[in-house]
Amino acid sequence: MNLTLYVWRQKGPKDAGRLVRYEAKDVSPDMSFLEMLDLVNEGLVRKGDDPIAFDHDCREGICGMCAQVINGIPQGPQKKTTVCQLHMRHFKNGDTIYIEPLRARAFPVIRDLVVDRGSLDKIIQSGGYISAHTGGVPDGNAILIPKDDADRAMDAAECIGCGACVAACPNGSAMLFTAAKVTQLATLPQGRTEAARRVCVMTEEMLGQGFGNCGNHYECQAVCPKDIKVQFIAKLNREFIKARLK
Amino acid sequence: MILDGKTPSGPLPEKWDKRKQEMKLVSPANKRKYRIIVVGTGLAGASAAATLGELGYNVESFCFQDTPRRGHSIAAQGGVNAAKNYPNDGDSIYRLFLDTVKGGDFRARESNVYRLAQVSGSVIDQAVAQGVPFARDYAGYLDNRSFGGAQVSRTFYARGQTGQQLLLGAFGSLMRQIRVGSVKLHPRTEMLDLVVVNGEAKGITVRDLVTGEVSSHAADAVCLCTGGYTNVFYLSTNAAGSNVTATYRAFKKGALFANPCFTQIHPTCIPVTGDHQSKLTLMSESLRNDGRVWVPKTKGDSRAPGDIPETDRDYFLERKYPAFGNLAPRDISSRAAKEVCDEGRGVGPGGRGVYLDFANAIGRLGEGTIRERYGNLFEMYGQITAENAYQQPMRIYPAPHYAMGGLWVDYNLESTIPGLFVLGEANFSDHGANRLGASALMQGLADGYFIISYTIANYLARATPGAVTTNHAEFLKSREDVACFTSKLLAINGKRTVNEFHRELGRLMWENVGMARSEASLKSALSLIPRLRAEFWENVKVTGTGTELNQELEKAGRVADFLEFGELMALDALHRNESCGGHFRVEYEMPDGEAKRDDENYCYVAAWEFKGVDKAPELHKEPLTFENVKLAVRSYK
Repeated sequence: MNLTLYVWRQKGPKDAGRLVRYEAKDVSPDMSFLEMLDLVNEGLVRKGDDPIAFDHDCREGICGMCAQVINGIPQGPQKKTTVCQLHMRHFKNGDTIYIEPLRARAFPVIRDLVVDRGSLDKIIQSGGYISAHTGGVPDGNAILIPKDDADRAMDAAECIGCGACVAACPNGSAMLFTAAKVTQLATLPQGRTEAARRVCVMTEEMLGQGFGNCGNHYECQAVCPKDIKVQFIAKLNREFIKARLK
Repeated sequence: MILDGKTPSGPLPEKWDKRKQEMKLVSPANKRKYRIIVVGTGLAGASAAATLGELGYNVESFCFQDTPRRGHSIAAQGGVNAAKNYPNDGDSIYRLFLDTVKGGDFRARESNVYRLAQVSGSVIDQAVAQGVPFARDYAGYLDNRSFGGAQVSRTFYARGQTGQQLLLGAFGSLMRQIRVGSVKLHPRTEMLDLVVVNGEAKGITVRDLVTGEVSSHAADAVCLCTGGYTNVFYLSTNAAGSNVTATYRAFKKGALFANPCFTQIHPTCIPVTGDHQSKLTLMSESLRNDGRVWVPKTKGDSRAPGDIPETDRDYFLERKYPAFGNLAPRDISSRAAKEVCDEGRGVGPGGRGVYLDFANAIGRLGEGTIRERYGNLFEMYGQITAENAYQQPMRIYPAPHYAMGGLWVDYNLESTIPGLFVLGEANFSDHGANRLGASALMQGLADGYFIISYTIANYLARATPGAVTTNHAEFLKSREDVACFTSKLLAINGKRTVNEFHRELGRLMWENVGMARSEASLKSALSLIPRLRAEFWENVKVTGTGTELNQELEKAGRVADFLEFGELMALDALHRNESCGGHFRVEYEMPDGEAKRDDENYCYVAAWEFKGVDKAPELHKEPLTFENVKLAVRSYK
């Protein structure tokens, strides 16, 4: 099939950036979206033009690197799917596709579709872990965890840190990302010791990094490729209130 | 050169304790005076950097991705082995050791494998303490499943995302050390050279992938945790960025490269669909706990799988290996799949595929149970193929997946360059000629959490901290070399893209140095690769400049290294006149088609020394002695 693309091109952080039109010809329906971009890029390179810069790595939907905005939707139109797992069979011949970087105050554009998501790492650095020193920990089975709790922690732990939730949020909030980590660790007995401090410092760091606050739009859940639920934000809020009332 | 594995003497179970007692320590007050560079942030790199930081060393952590959480360990699905024997089904440290040595077709170093089995339990404890949400049973205890090459259930798992969860655990520990200030992180930074001063590793030269700036970093020791090289085949289950550059450039600086021809072709991947494809996707081996592998009995049977009655199906793994059935080791399962496809009984477009069928398990356990166990894998399969594997069997075919070969290291994980340590998939030491499922995660974390912290101290205690700075002539030369390499690539301005060269190299490697290798195919690879390499340096087109984010330039550097490394692989495969594990030479097979090892002549590690591009590398041998297991024909029947 043949497609018309409008792709965001921006040389660097100081460049204003613009949408540029490209024709993608002979696209196979079995291609992934990134393979379609590979095809366009090979054409650009042959002509001596700069190819479109985009982040990607595992190409199997787990590393979280490839997020971009397709037709206005972070991680594209297919539910619960990363861009690398979105296949061209979901488009049809003659379609026009708009491709842009994730847009948020906390994610400055580096080039074209590549953004800096280092601010998400800063949130984790502030306290998104259990402070277990290597060695000197108890036997794995010494800590019993009810299956439902383990499953819930796992549901939250599936976050791949792609940042689609932030770009979808009208406030540019990283609440779903933060809440997923808070929930994972607060649900497990190992994580309770630091739970009160964790929720406070992570929330504070999130705001400090330029992310907005949650306005209950639920756009984050709608675009999350791993189906992380907004219930976790409620859990974060409960943990936060408990911590503050202590 | 005499290769000394530095294995401690004494009985196998006491070796590691003995070594720990012998080794020198660095006192807490002195640790901060030492700087350690850790390249890569997968399981081995993240766990090593975090652990060394916790101990008080000054650590510099490098990765080419935008954040350390994206190391390709994240894509490991099925699980992590440990000899905990929680199910009470007969497992022990010795049995995990034995399974791993046998699974590797007796081409690994006994002492290393035993130590791996010894510390495996601690890996699980550590991960649990970090909050890794492993699967639990209804009483709250850790759950286990079984994996290929084992007759016990020793695999711990977190749905189909075990690698992701273990990596995020290590990543959390790493983030904590970054906050504390013991680890400094350099994301989007690629190592392009190792700096060796007076014969010892004292730093690296890197390129900032955003600005293009080339800079050097000096340290008292360097750890490479940079993963494997199966992207030399272009199509593999590796991430697009996975490459051989860090280890290959260390090889060019004098580190020996061991067993480069030992590559693992994983049996359960989604088959190739067309030329546009940029990667192959693995379907976890854990699926073979419940999925049954089959093809039609007769050639050219084009009926839909559901229309083929039981009597017309050949469950070839169950037929050939009744003791292990669908959980036969990876090398054996892959070859068996290739064999039935070569006979013309393959399924799907092009006939390069076999069925992995869950109908039986769904009938027995219900769709809900299967969904709970493998839901994410079925979803992924559906996204890629547009087929529903709950209703029809998956189609799978082998694909390059893992590198058992890597930089040669001794028992202390130190390469032939003092001060250069190599961890995880990047080294060669534990898996011999074939890795068993769920053992990569175990090894990466064992190296990073529990081994390097001891062995690196033994080296550092003898070194003067901060002895060399980046003003040293070797650093200056290294920066010039890297800058020169970049300008050379940009100046060619030829006609063919980097991807075209990579695809052509990949096809050539797959056809000639792939699942079945022969003297003729290897010789053909050895004549074709240098030609392709020469063409690359005359005709590749790399757009843009060196002083900006330039992904074509990044790829070009990696492909340039693959174009040299592929030749080393072929040479190693040609010299090894035997079949063992993942290295299958068609001239050496048993009457029943199994690999025919030659213990008399090839029971050694082949470690290659770089002598110059277009010059033959020199072979050094580390003999493998087996004091605790009997060398035997590997049988899974």
